[in-house]
Amino acid sequence: MVNITIDNIPVSVPEGTTILDASRQLGIEIPTLCYLKEINEIGACRICVVEVEGHDTLVPSCNTPVEEGMVIHTSTPRVRTSRRVNLRLILSQHDTNCTHCTRSGNCRLQSLANDYNFLGEHYPRELAVDKEDFKNPLIKIENRCVKCMRCVQICQEMQTVNIWDLIGTGSRTRVGVSGAADIASSLCTYCGQCITHCPVGALQERDDTGKIFSALADPETVVVAQIAPAVRTSWQEYFGIDPDQATAKHMVTALKMMGFDYVFDTDFAADLTVMEEATEFIHRFTHKDQYKWPMFTSCCPGWLRFCKGQYPDMVDNLSTSKSPQQMFGAIIKTYFAEKMNIDPKKIFVVSIMPCLAKKEEHLRPGMDAAETGHDVDVVITTRELVRMLRGERINPALLERTPFDVLIGRGSGAGVVFGASGGVMVAALRTAYHMITGKNPDVDAFQVIAGEGGRKVATINVPGAGDVRVAVVSGLGNVRQIIEDIRSGREHFDFIECMACPGGCTGGGGQPIHDGEELAKVRGDILWNIDKNSNMRFSHENPQIMDLYNNYLDEPMSEKAEELLHVDHHTWAMPGMKK
Amino acid sequence: MSRLTIKADIDKVLDGIYKDTERKIIGNQPGLCPVDLTLTYLRISHAQSCGKCVPCRVGLGQLANLLEQVLDGKATMRTLDIIKETAQAIVDSADCAIGQEGARLVLKALAGFHDDFVEHIESRHCISRHQFPVPCVALCPANVDVPGYIALISEGRPDDAVALIRKDNPMPAACAYVCEHPCELRCRRQLIDAPLNIRGLKRFAVDNAGDVPNPPCAPATGKKVAIVGGGPSGLTAAYFLTLMGHKTVIYEKRHQLGGMLRYGIPAYRLPREVLDKEIESILSVGIEAHTDVNIGEDITFEKLNAEFDAVYIAIGAQSDRKVGIEGEDAEGVMSAVELLRGIGDGNHPDFTGKKVAIIGGGNVAMDACRTSVRLGAERVYCVYRRRIEDMTALPEEVTGAMEEGVEMKTLYAPVRVEKDEEGRVAGLAIQPQLSGEYDRGGRPRPTKASLPEEVLDVDIVIAAVGQAVDSETFANAGMSVKWGNIVAGKDGSVKEYRKVFSGGDCVSGPATAIKAIAAGKVAAGNIDEFLGFHHPISVDIDIPAPKLKNRTPRGRINITGRDSEERAGDFKDIECGLTCEGASIESDRCLRCDYFGYGVFRGGREKKW
Repeated sequence: MVNITIDNIPVSVPEGTTILDASRQLGIEIPTLCYLKEINEIGACRICVVEVEGHDTLVPSCNTPVEEGMVIHTSTPRVRTSRRVNLRLILSQHDTNCTHCTRSGNCRLQSLANDYNFLGEHYPRELAVDKEDFKNPLIKIENRCVKCMRCVQICQEMQTVNIWDLIGTGSRTRVGVSGAADIASSLCTYCGQCITHCPVGALQERDDTGKIFSALADPETVVVAQIAPAVRTSWQEYFGIDPDQATAKHMVTALKMMGFDYVFDTDFAADLTVMEEATEFIHRFTHKDQYKWPMFTSCCPGWLRFCKGQYPDMVDNLSTSKSPQQMFGAIIKTYFAEKMNIDPKKIFVVSIMPCLAKKEEHLRPGMDAAETGHDVDVVITTRELVRMLRGERINPALLERTPFDVLIGRGSGAGVVFGASGGVMVAALRTAYHMITGKNPDVDAFQVIAGEGGRKVATINVPGAGDVRVAVVSGLGNVRQIIEDIRSGREHFDFIECMACPGGCTGGGGQPIHDGEELAKVRGDILWNIDKNSNMRFSHENPQIMDLYNNYLDEPMSEKAEELLHVDHHTWAMPGMKK
Repeated sequence: MSRLTIKADIDKVLDGIYKDTERKIIGNQPGLCPVDLTLTYLRISHAQSCGKCVPCRVGLGQLANLLEQVLDGKATMRTLDIIKETAQAIVDSADCAIGQEGARLVLKALAGFHDDFVEHIESRHCISRHQFPVPCVALCPANVDVPGYIALISEGRPDDAVALIRKDNPMPAACAYVCEHPCELRCRRQLIDAPLNIRGLKRFAVDNAGDVPNPPCAPATGKKVAIVGGGPSGLTAAYFLTLMGHKTVIYEKRHQLGGMLRYGIPAYRLPREVLDKEIESILSVGIEAHTDVNIGEDITFEKLNAEFDAVYIAIGAQSDRKVGIEGEDAEGVMSAVELLRGIGDGNHPDFTGKKVAIIGGGNVAMDACRTSVRLGAERVYCVYRRRIEDMTALPEEVTGAMEEGVEMKTLYAPVRVEKDEEGRVAGLAIQPQLSGEYDRGGRPRPTKASLPEEVLDVDIVIAAVGQAVDSETFANAGMSVKWGNIVAGKDGSVKEYRKVFSGGDCVSGPATAIKAIAAGKVAAGNIDEFLGFHHPISVDIDIPAPKLKNRTPRGRINITGRDSEERAGDFKDIECGLTCEGASIESDRCLRCDYFGYGVFRGGREKKW
């Protein structure tokens, strides 16, 4: 233990504790901006500086470990002046047109500036002249960037994709795309983790809500929504409502109030994915020599971009099953349109996703089973949904519950856990086990891979098939590590669930942002609880799924299913790469 | 009104700022944008303008505006033409050096950094990056973890410091005594006062460390690598390759290992017991070494090529060059290489009562001068065509030689060696020179002065005018040779033979020990990959946390020399290493760039390679 004094309070803290953490233990709040625990502790913004007796200069509290006998003052005239000057300097290069920024009210810089009570400006404005590109799913707004380097660290250290880097030197140093002219021509996976870790509004999703309002305004268009599992865990956060009081059924009500004609649960399509992917896995497992191993899940579009960009020789390891979003788009515009007797050209499918990469996925070749252009017309993130609700003055706290629409509306507990790390694997194993043995396994038998952790592994014994070695990885750094382990022969697996975002979709790049908090686990638990309390926990027991096969698709991996629900991953390429 | 007044002194504060700025410019970190720096220096020139003439007063400012456009991504290729035209016009038409030189800087930058300018315009990006968080590490050819070992010295852990250095450089002792320390060149500390005494600290670690064990070798791979040449480059490659589990065999032409460290550098700079101990330590990892074996004579290159899985050629640059003057065949004329090589094997000629002239101004010339003093010479002259400040020898070598009584005959070109009837040296005719216009490298060219020739009364003439590579064996085997140097890639590969690598002086021409060591390290890594492996080299040593109280300017603690009269009489070490107290204070001056600034962001440490 190290004995120190902070603001005249003596305290003992473990060796290696930073001044910032030691202060927080005492309830002394030191302001921070660039700091992100364990990810970005680089002392760039100099807002968290404190005075240490005997030291000539102020020291950053975020990355300075305490030393025995240190006497620290967290708020002195020198500290106050430095913090204020540094904040003003950051603001002098920041577009403070906050009313036009989606992060207004949820911005660390804005709240610091408000707290420090600035009157008048001391410095001339120095705004960058960069032209912004608003066409990509991921948008960087130069004039808002505070060069905190969080995005660089997230992309390099956590996701190991190295898209963002510091460009240039001296006064012109800025964050830019490394090794490519812009984001569109880079190998960006669109995981969106840089957005959710940005302290300000410099990184954004492309806002597609306008397209939805246009469709809703057109009486000829049948607007259909699908809601991904993870969205129900987080959409209410902005409103400060308990998740129990703002369920998916409350969301159905909200969307219907806005004018959506039909609202479906992507859980249904997740069940469909399970049917196809489990069948595919069993087929591959029983024809081992014809396939590359291990088999990878394919429902995460960020992971697909990663695979195609970083390990293009492993694309054939990917399941050919489309993601639930894309399966749903295809089914809505074929089966559903047929059953409801609606011209699929008039259907406008909106996906509400916790995800940024879905904004790119729906435009890929092969995602047009109904030949209407795109099976999914627009993808919005949870954040965009929240903005729509706010604009429409809809408060989820005041809503009744409405069930999802019929025919393709219901999802099982296995479908809902798709939104949490391990959920796809658990759901697939539940059904694969049944397909092989003809019996349901203990429904909680696979929970070992449901918990926390970037890499979870298990060996599952399926009677009649033998041992199946499975892994669940989330976060692209963990994905890279397991792939390297496989390629070097250090590890062997049969089936791997890969998710680009740490913790899976609940921690997705399209989810609401709470600076400094990682909520994937908390939100994931909501999904696992829904599964636990569900009276239908196997995808193959979903009656609407059974109807779909009986009345339309015949059986998993039938010719019709292949046509609508599977995709050739070789029909498109990452920028600068061959198909 | 007085008729005359005494002029005021130059403003002391301003003078201080000038000196600080000078240091700060030298302390520029590696990797900065040259366009941005050009703009900055151009602005200095503009501030110097008296404002009278148009090209300087307006032109330099407009040049700055145009450069700013380039940096802001607002320029086109046409802008570059305008910049060039404007700068040339200012050079041609400004009234004085302020405008002319300010604009000339821009012309130089345009020519020298054309790609950077174009990149700014075409992609609106800068090629430059802060790729080098730690200047000393960036500038060390072998990438030695300088802040790491300095921190260990500061904590009183010299053994760990030596072990950490060996991760990148298995010859810490040799480098502690003779390294040219490029690491000190851009040391960030000179922004405050002066660069750290890095070599001095390394020497302190080496002198105070016990027997530091080498790391264990990786399991044997069954691969065999031949190393031709047992100098610093060959020893380094052999050391790392052995640690990687390969069987390595060194073939050395001379009687002992060490290369130029033994046969070029006198014992007073690198004591033999230090060198021997270091070589012993390197060999102890399990290297097989054969001395007195000349590849090409005793064993053919073809045989090596057939018997080994890979070959590293590091034969150095050990033959001498002639001055090319009349009478060079006289008895009593020798080359510095010849003299120092003999001494390396213990053959000390007796110069007692002799008068000796050394021709040259490099480090080898200084070695020959100071060796001649120690061999008992009555007078030692160093004959050099240029000025002292133009010498390529390290300044401390030159002053050291002068302190020991060497007479610097600068601005004299050797014309011929005068012979007596028996063909022995009777004198050296030298022609006075004037310092002339700069050559392309920025050194003034000597020109003949209108003064008569002089004759130095000497008995011995030693030529120290460069070395050459004896590459014939390998040229005959079909390898490319350029000006006698073996042609190898930046990765050490030789294009004619897949399994052959080469590096060190025989590729670069005569250079420094640390560059040879770095080449050996590069070759080891690439030979390992070539053999189908990827053995990482690392060391498990925790680096102490940085200290926060060391930013106050203070004097650098230098290594001191033994009394000049005393040291001139023997071949013992001329330096006195830092004391414990001195090393402690000096190591605490380190600003820990591995941690502060860019280091904490980008990681200031390569833990393995």
